[in-house]
Amino acid sequence: MAGSVLEIKNLHVSIEDKEILKGVDLTIKGGEFHAIMGPNGTGKSTLASAIMGHPKYEVTEGSITLNGEDVLEMEVDERARAGLFLAMQYPSEISGVTTSDFLRSAINARRGEGNEIPLMKFIKELDKDLDYLEIDKSMATRYLNEGFSGGEKKRNEILQLMQLKPDIAILDEIDSGLDIDALKVVSKGINKMRSEEFGCLIITHYQRLLNYITPDFVHVMMQGRIVKSGGPELAKRLEAEGYEWLKEELGIKDETVEQNA
Amino acid sequence: MTVETKLPYDKQYIESFSSDRKEPEWMKELRLHALEKADQLEMPKPDKTNITRWNFTKFRHDYIPGEKIASMNELPELLQEYFDQDNIPENLLIQRNQSVAYSTLSEELKEKGVIFTDIFTALEQHGDLVKKYFMTDAVSVDQNRLTALHAALVNSGAFIYVPKNVEIEVPLQIVFWHEDPSAALFNHVIVVADENSKLTVVENYLSSASEEETVANIVEEVFAHDNAKISFGAVDHLSSKTTTYLNRRGVAYENATIDWALGQMNDGNTVSENITHLIGNGSSSNANAVTVGRGKQIQNFTANIVQHGKGSDGFILQRGVMLEGATTIFNAIGKIEHGAIKANSEQESRLLMLSPNARGDANPILLIEENDVTAGHAASVGRVDPIQMYYLMSRGLPKDDAERLVIHGFLAPVVTQLPIESVKKQLTQVIERKVY
Repeated sequence: MAGSVLEIKNLHVSIEDKEILKGVDLTIKGGEFHAIMGPNGTGKSTLASAIMGHPKYEVTEGSITLNGEDVLEMEVDERARAGLFLAMQYPSEISGVTTSDFLRSAINARRGEGNEIPLMKFIKELDKDLDYLEIDKSMATRYLNEGFSGGEKKRNEILQLMQLKPDIAILDEIDSGLDIDALKVVSKGINKMRSEEFGCLIITHYQRLLNYITPDFVHVMMQGRIVKSGGPELAKRLEAEGYEWLKEELGIKDETVEQNA
Repeated sequence: MTVETKLPYDKQYIESFSSDRKEPEWMKELRLHALEKADQLEMPKPDKTNITRWNFTKFRHDYIPGEKIASMNELPELLQEYFDQDNIPENLLIQRNQSVAYSTLSEELKEKGVIFTDIFTALEQHGDLVKKYFMTDAVSVDQNRLTALHAALVNSGAFIYVPKNVEIEVPLQIVFWHEDPSAALFNHVIVVADENSKLTVVENYLSSASEEETVANIVEEVFAHDNAKISFGAVDHLSSKTTTYLNRRGVAYENATIDWALGQMNDGNTVSENITHLIGNGSSSNANAVTVGRGKQIQNFTANIVQHGKGSDGFILQRGVMLEGATTIFNAIGKIEHGAIKANSEQESRLLMLSPNARGDANPILLIEENDVTAGHAASVGRVDPIQMYYLMSRGLPKDDAERLVIHGFLAPVVTQLPIESVKKQLTQVIERKVY
């Protein structure tokens, strides 16, 4: 099976009647790693949340399709079962629900009734991924994200990514708040997912993460639109020279979405 | 609508009921005295719930023996989920209607002098012991009309006594099966742990499904003498047609502990009070309780720890989930009496509302009459966090499954306190059934 295709066309998104995204076009295919860069307040996280269906974000115009199917018509859980995954910037804490119970429920939700993962197989694969991400085994029996440090939450998101094996993953600032060792481990997990069947959209402020995960495409977001796209060399130039040259080139004074509001 | 004020049973009825049970004279006297009181006393007035229209006083009263259960291998279907077939409790009492259907107590505990029997056998064989504890130092006959009515009309129950220095590691389990609702359930339980003893007791209340309206008026008295430790678990699951008054009382003496883990899963209207008196210095109590409200049921729960002893420690934890048009009031009362220096009183009551038609209130009350103490409280009434739901659903869990996880997670801090694995599992199943 060839990889999936996530297609975003002319996407406009508002939060509480304030337009944040003003026409985003982006196509992500299986096998491709895309990075979206850009300063704070330009709409990067809004894009991630809108794709997954966050209740506060309203799509006012445009379309999102996955393999031709209308994503915007789907509930959040249907999007996930169709193959989308969002590693969140601020994962929720779920008291009383252990990480492993939650993961098993989520895996089985995607596999469907009658096709549940055998318990022993689940435990084996969980152990393997915990080891790979250098996570203490006790995390499996701790309540999901409750009392986790920032770094533990991020590792847990990647653990879920590895366990759930989505077709297209969006990683929303997975690098924020990570020290260099944690960043390496998290990157190792993401790189392990690389295959023709897996597409990934990495959202970050910093080029730093891209030293460990090489993207095939780099996009820059400003004022709620993708204003420039290129290869890995674009990220390198942004790292070296910042965003000023690009703003000048495009005639942008204030890159945030506030500008037109 | 008028409230029935005339009591349904008279002196002659109670005299002959007591004689038929071959009760000691003092018990008959106590019943008759209570009957007189019942006429004069007021109904209880639970905070924020009006029960004046609830039927507690119109019912049929009788002694209906239940069929014996010959073997645990041939359990009636309703009871099967209460036990793990590979792990039948060594110490078990099953009461079916008003009589014992099955009972077993290990030889070892018998030899040590442990008493584990129904209330009528206890009255017959251990009359003095029962007399010492029956509505004396814990619940009083004249607390209100319902306690008086209870004393007059007790028609079933259990008695547990653990002698000094006897520590029981294996739990004692009691099942009260209200199979035939045509007789109201006036159940009385006494648990006594004498000095330096230790025990775990778990009880289940259940009713067979029935359309017949009935009343349960239950009084339970739990005593932990000096240095004794009692762990008390319960799953109440009486039917939607049963109006329940449940009075669970604990008394803890020097350095004694009474820990409660209560699964309050009745389907009908319920008034429940769980009051623990920490009399002794260094005594302690954890009062943990959960409830799930469904349909139009109205429930009022009071958890109250009254601390008299120096350095005593009380912690109330209540969690409830409200569905459909259910109403629940949580009253948590931490009371520190004058002289109870260094006492600590903590409480937390939380309600999760799953329906716009459900109602609930959590009332935190601290009554402190001593300066040198510590106390804290937390209370909340809230809805499921939509961001939590989004997070769980974003991993592929359908809405119902995500909600179920949040509910079980919300109730977990109390459910995990239940001392017997099979009962914990059974409570989880009852929650599951009540929620979906």
